[in-house]
Formats: sequence, C-alpha cells, structure tokens
Amino acid sequence: MPKPAAIAGQIVLYGAFAAFIGYFSTAPTYKQIPDDVALIKLSMSHLGGRDCRKRTAEELSKMPPNMRAPLDCPRGRSDIKLVLELDGKSMFETVMHPTGLSRDGVSTVYKRFEVKAGTYQLAVKMNDNLVNPGFNFIKEAQVTLKPAQVLVVDFNPDKGGLFFQQSAANKL
Amino acid sequence: MSLHAVLRGNAQTLFDNIENRFDDYFGGADNPLRHLGALGLYFLWILVASGLYLYTVLDTSIDGVYSSIDYLSREQWYLGGILRSLHRYAADAFVLVMMLHLVREWAHGRYYGFRLYSWVTGVPLIWLAYISGIGGYWITWDRLAQFSAIATTELLDWLPIFSEPAARNFLAPDSINDRFFTVLVFIHIGVPLMLILGLWAHVNRISRVDYLPSRRLMLATMISFLALALLKPALSDAPADLALVPTGLRLDWFMLFIHPLTDLSSPAAVWTLIFGATILLFALPFLPHPQTQPIAVVDAANCNGCARCHADCPYEAVTMALHPDKPGHRIAVVDADLCASCGICAGACPSSTPFRSQEKLVTGIDMPQQPVDEMRRQLEARLAPWGNQAGTPTPGKTRLVVFGCDQGADVRGLDAADTAAISLLCTGMLPPSFVEYALRSGADGIVVTGCREGGCEFRLGMQWTQERLARSREPHLRGLVPLQRLQVVHASRGDGGLLAAAVDEFRNRLETPGPQSIRPPAFSRRKIHHA
Repeated sequence: MPKPAAIAGQIVLYGAFAAFIGYFSTAPTYKQIPDDVALIKLSMSHLGGRDCRKRTAEELSKMPPNMRAPLDCPRGRSDIKLVLELDGKSMFETVMHPTGLSRDGVSTVYKRFEVKAGTYQLAVKMNDNLVNPGFNFIKEAQVTLKPAQVLVVDFNPDKGGLFFQQSAANKL
Repeated sequence: MSLHAVLRGNAQTLFDNIENRFDDYFGGADNPLRHLGALGLYFLWILVASGLYLYTVLDTSIDGVYSSIDYLSREQWYLGGILRSLHRYAADAFVLVMMLHLVREWAHGRYYGFRLYSWVTGVPLIWLAYISGIGGYWITWDRLAQFSAIATTELLDWLPIFSEPAARNFLAPDSINDRFFTVLVFIHIGVPLMLILGLWAHVNRISRVDYLPSRRLMLATMISFLALALLKPALSDAPADLALVPTGLRLDWFMLFIHPLTDLSSPAAVWTLIFGATILLFALPFLPHPQTQPIAVVDAANCNGCARCHADCPYEAVTMALHPDKPGHRIAVVDADLCASCGICAGACPSSTPFRSQEKLVTGIDMPQQPVDEMRRQLEARLAPWGNQAGTPTPGKTRLVVFGCDQGADVRGLDAADTAAISLLCTGMLPPSFVEYALRSGADGIVVTGCREGGCEFRLGMQWTQERLARSREPHLRGLVPLQRLQVVHASRGDGGLLAAAVDEFRNRLETPGPQSIRPPAFSRRKIHHA
C-alpha cells in the first residue's frame, strides 16, 4: 500500500479508536430510576431482644461475688419482625434473623423501594422480641417525596428508635 | 467438530482477517492487534505515571476529595486536567485491550498445554483490573461515584460476606467520613500493585517479553489520548449527595457496565455470570482440546552444549545442564511443561546441517514428529530429479524450493514439478544450512515463508529465521550463498494468494539475467552408512 494511503488509514483507525474510547467512557447516559420516581430505603441493623430471667437471691448467693449478674440471659437473640406500610397498605413485611452461628449477632435488612413522587402516609412497625405480641416500635408520618429523593427508614435507639431521614432540610 | 471448536475457529478467522487488513495500514510491527498484551502494559504505565500525580494533589477529606479533583479539570486543565483525562482514557483502553487480548488468545487456542500457566495466571488479572477501575471511580466522589459505590455495595451484599449490609455505609450524607477516602486510595494503589505483580507472573514463563509496543504505536496511542483529553476532558459530575438518587449518569461503560446489568437482571444473575465466566476461564484448559504435539528431544551424543537452542527458545523451555558423558561440557535439557513443540531449537542447532555425511542425520535437539533427517530426505527426494545445473534458469524450468510453516500460509498447494514445497512445524525450525544445501544441490531459488510480522504462532520463529538468513544470528547463512536467490515472504494463514504471487514474481526475477545469476558451487553429499 502506498505510504500516504497507509498514513491516512492509520489516522482514520486511530481516530476511530479514540472516538470509541471517548464515546463509551461517558455515553450513553444511564438513568437508574425514571424521572418521577423517588426511593425509600429501608435499612437497619439491630440486636434482637432476649428473654431474660431475674435470678433469685438464693441463686445469686451461690454464685461467686464477681459473677452475680442479676439477670440470666440466653446467648441467642430474638428474630425481629418488621412491617412497612404505605398509605395503609403493606409494602414489605419480613422477619429478620440474627447473624452468627449462635444467633447472637445483629439482625439486618437493606431494601429499596421505588415509589412515584408525591405525599404518602408511611408507617414502619417493628417487634424486636417475638416473645411479646404486637409491635414495640412504631413510626408513622406523612412524607412528601420529590423526584429522585431518597428517604431512609432506619433504627437507632439514640434517636428514639425508628426514624425517617430525607435530605437535611426535610428531616422528619 | 464441537460447537466450541467451530466458535473458536470462526473467531480466529475473524481476527486473522482484521489483523491482515490492519497490516496493510500499520505493518506487522505497529499493528495494535498483534501487540495487545504489550499495549495493555503500556497503558498500565500511563495509569501509574498519571496516577502518581493525581495522588499527590488529592485531598482525602470528605469536603476536599471532590474539589481537589475537580480543581484539576477546571483550573489546572493544562497539567492536572490532562493527566486526569489520560488516567481515565488509559484505564478504559486498558480494559478494552485486555478483553481483546483474552478473546484473541482463546481464538488462537492459546490456553492449554505449555500455555496453561500464562492463561490461568491471566484470569485473576481481569478481577484486579475491574476492582481497581471501579474503585477508582469512587475517589472523585461525584454523582457517578455515589451511584457506583451504592450499586457495588448492594451487589456485594448479595454475597454472605458481611454481617451488616455494606450499602448502609452510603445511606445518608452523614454516613461516611474522611477515613473512607484514605482507605479507598490505599485500595486503589494496592490493587494495581497486585495487578503488576500478577502481570509479572503472567509473562514469567516466556522469554524476551514485549514489555512495550513499538515506539510508533506508543506515540500514536498517546496522541489519541491527548487529543481526547483536550477535546473531551474527563470531568466530574455534580458532587455526591446521598439524599438524592443520581440521574442522567454519564456512565463509563467499559468499567461500570456491571451496574446497569445488575439493574436489568438481579445480583444473583450477575454473580452467577461473573463466577460462571471465571470458572469457565479456569476450566477451559482442561476441556477437550487438540492433542499436544511431542516435545523436543535432546541427543546427548550430538549436543555440543553451544546453548543456541537455549538462547532461541521463545518459552524458556530449554536450559543448560552439565553433560552426563562429557566432563566440563554442557547439554541442553527440555522442560516438558514449557516446550511448545515449535522446533525453533532444532533450527538453532549447529548440528542440524544437511551437509553432514551420515546416512541418518541425527542432530543435537530434534522434533520427533518432523526430524531434521526427515527434512533432508524430503528435500533430497525432490532435488534428485533436478540435478545440478549452472547458469540462468531457463524460463519455465526454474526450480524453486519453498520452505513454509504449518501455522502460516499453506505451501503444499505450491508443490509442482518445478517447485518443492516443504512445510515445517514453524519456519524457525529451518536451519540456514538447508537453504545453502538446496541451492547447491539443484534448486535455482529458495523461498522461505512464515507468518506475518508480529503474527508468529511461536512468537519468535520468523524473527530468528530472518536474522539467521541475514547473517546476524547464529547459526547464520554462509557467505557463499547469493542472497539474490533467496526470497523471504511473510504470509499468514489465508495468505495463499499473496504467497503464490510472491513466488511467481521471484521466479520471473530469477529468469531475468542479472546479478541473481550467480550460483554457489554445486555440491553432492558423500554418504556414509553409519551414524
């Protein structure tokens, strides 16, 4: 092949290489969720309750002084029941199991739900000790979700248990 | 024929066709498709060099990480911005050539036998490249980084490896702290270091590794990256905001395609695909494949310990050891696991000369499936009817010997009354003395053909042959052989037409009176009927 033609061919091929790299390094653009959709992230990490028994005075007296713990608790933790409701309808319901071979670790959940932007009545109910009936933690509020907004449903005993978290300006 | 063999064959034909077309423009030495491994290594050095600068200016605090990187692109575009773009585009190009390299080696069937080690050590490098590449995107901590970090941790959480979901680290704006980016940078440096170590292991069993492609290829690809850096600089998206879902992402599809794939399918499907592909790649060498050829055999009595086979072996399969029978002498030893059965060692052996008078030619190192003695018998059988004739060949009666390669253009189709075609395991198996022997025993001209430049199946066969014939490498072609009677033709598989045309052109040239009329003195071998 004549040299000018070869050089022209090289320029075209290197140009195609650069164009290929350049294009696919940023395009086509990707949308993870549609424009009018918001996200609810339900995530928590919590130790389930334990069914403890109060030791009697007689039992405590038989124990070495340094080991006289007033409660006798099993190592394993309870499963945790969790319900998420949107506008009164159940959206998600699960029973979280403790981690660890001895079932003594935290119970965790991480789920995300795509919902149309708008105002909803959001409720979360949790029972962290299934020995007891019902739910010992309930959080319910009206939330307004803007498109692409993330609302986090989490649990933190220091924050009063269940809580909703949107952007800083809309913290509930 | 299995479906796999058909697929592989078609892929090889496709690669061959594209590479041959590229040769027209680039030539073999500068053809990027023939140097994908070296190109990948070159891109890695660009990544290391540009990354070192980016590391020095990176502020790993939660507030500074975005602005310190963004500053490079906006304010210091002439240095930091260009280096950042080089880092981005070299990374994408690295992934591209890595995957092409993988598919090309598979298409050529280079994954079993003596290549098993290189294949198996190459598979983890894909993981390391992607871990490093995806993690690198997080460091900018823009919307794309946020998306990738959340998508990756959600994918990881499907595996039972964390007691708490890793994605919880990105729940809300206050979920991460400064330490996160310090750890991330260490991972982004540590994993590439492992990659470099893995690459060292990957090429450990081959000799004369192409650590870098040709200067032209390096220059041209660098110019391509620089042009991209100026025309389409790598820029950050808006700063990460964990309170919002990033939308309209300018995704790097070379690195981050896995995230849309997960959204489209499921984490279970993606992990099945990833682990399935990895297991398949590891298992490929152990699936049915063509039988491996017999390896080179050393004859202790005829090995003089010159070490030329050791120097020429492309896979370091030949080492030198103390000779068992000759004190103070050395002997070649062949490692069965490394031998490619190419015969290049036989071509390098000074004992592989057909001028030796023994009836059975036994050389120092030889191939059982095509011994040098068999080559001589084949050549003599074809030369015998021609006799020794001096002077310019009569048109139509020019007698040519064509030495070809089983891996390159098929020479058997050229075989005719005036053309003796002998196909070798690799052209590198041809001792130069065979060229002289054929010319002095009745041939008018010799054609030596092998794979195109950069396309030798055994890496160095054609290169060594050319150097031997050009008298710049031992064993060299002797000075009494007129080079006008020798034609070297680069012709890969499927280049039969090109080879036939080159042979015709050479024949016509020989039939024209001129300097090419010079002939070496005739020779008739004295035969001794003992070893």
